[in-house]
Amino acid sequence: MILGKVVGTVVATVSHPAFKGRRLLAVRPLAVEGDALDEDFLALDTTQAGIGDTVLVNREGSGARQVLNNPDAPVISVIVGIVDSAYLEI
Amino acid sequence: MLLGRVRGTAVCTAKIAGTEGLKLLVVQPLNRRLEPAGPLQVAADVVDAGPGDLCVLVRSREAALAMPEVKFVPVDLALVGVVDELTVRPDGEFDYILKRGWNSFS
Repeated sequence: MILGKVVGTVVATVSHPAFKGRRLLAVRPLAVEGDALDEDFLALDTTQAGIGDTVLVNREGSGARQVLNNPDAPVISVIVGIVDSAYLEI
Repeated sequence: MLLGRVRGTAVCTAKIAGTEGLKLLVVQPLNRRLEPAGPLQVAADVVDAGPGDLCVLVRSREAALAMPEVKFVPVDLALVGVVDELTVRPDGEFDYILKRGWNSFS
């Protein structure tokens, strides 16, 4: 799972049935100072996250299918939490 | 999962079993600013998109799961949605850096 920031929303009315009723959001991964920022990706939301929220994203298909309770969902990235704070020790 | 723009179609008369009838589209993967991200690719379409459409793509094994009937097919990019509306905030608006110690987001 990764930490990321929600930077956008995607509306796709014509879409695969597994996407119905859930919002698709554009997420950009967080990085530590000095590291290059990764590019953004799209993730299906299961937590009512919105633009500007820091989120926990599962980027693996099996976990996504488990979260969505659909063994045939063509989904890789799923937002599974809204992050309140994170502590970086070293 | 990523954004893409449909650029055209690809036609294969000889296809591996299980992929007959799949509609293949040539797509350009894009980043959030709708700039090209990498080379053109071919996606199996399940939502009847057409040239010029902005679309949602799924890579990897999950692409094959999007297929309507047989899920055990050699497909690694699927077009699973047509984008009606895209809202993306400007880059400078958010801080993407994790600092040492507590980072509070709420």
